[in-house]
Amino acid sequence: MLKVSKPAYAALRQHGETTYPHECCGVLLGRFEDDGSRTATRAEPCGNTRDDSPHNRYNIDPKELVRIQREGRERGEDIVGFYHSHPDHPAQWSSTDLADAHWFGCSYVITSVEKGKAAVTNSFELAGMEEPDKKFLDERIEVA
Amino acid sequence: MPQIQIPSPLRQYTGKQATVNVPAKTVGDALAGLVAQHPDLRRHLYTDDGKLRAFVNVYVNDEDMRYLEKEATALNDGDTISIVPSIAGGNSGH
Repeated sequence: MLKVSKPAYAALRQHGETTYPHECCGVLLGRFEDDGSRTATRAEPCGNTRDDSPHNRYNIDPKELVRIQREGRERGEDIVGFYHSHPDHPAQWSSTDLADAHWFGCSYVITSVEKGKAAVTNSFELAGMEEPDKKFLDERIEVA
Repeated sequence: MPQIQIPSPLRQYTGKQATVNVPAKTVGDALAGLVAQHPDLRRHLYTDDGKLRAFVNVYVNDEDMRYLEKEATALNDGDTISIVPSIAGGNSGH
């Protein structure tokens, strides 16, 4: 399960509206809970380096991640997941999303943005231990 | 002593440590020292033929080691090495 603060949830959805018709992307910061769930208290927007195909591809510059991770560490926050949007496309992970996912145990949040308006937001945990057996599992989002 | 920041997916292989200190003069030595201390990390960082996996980015402070001297990049005390798996994706439709 992923718990998301109201401001972080609103921010990640709003980001998709702002970048429409392109995919938005960003980092979720917070903490890992003892029960295996994640709590996201901050949504940090990132740039999408896929300016060759931004309407259906995203990539976060690792340099941004290094900065976000360092700043998060200074605040006592950890990277617990990532978010991106699917403009005029369902909020479901694709084969591309899975192939490019490597942060096991983190949440991958996807928002469908239909005609510029954030619609459905779903979350998926990247499960498995190694690249060959990785898979996305549906997980509940609790906004509080 | 340089320190290595371990991303959350790999901490289960470092005894849950988020930071590992490794005495090393180069990035290559630091990564070798890391996998010597925590051998289970090796297959997650390297391919079978010993190359760093394509989705594993290694930064020295704020610089990608690929654009420095790669594994030969020299380290100073207080340098931070960050291991950062890639984040990418997108819908498969067009």
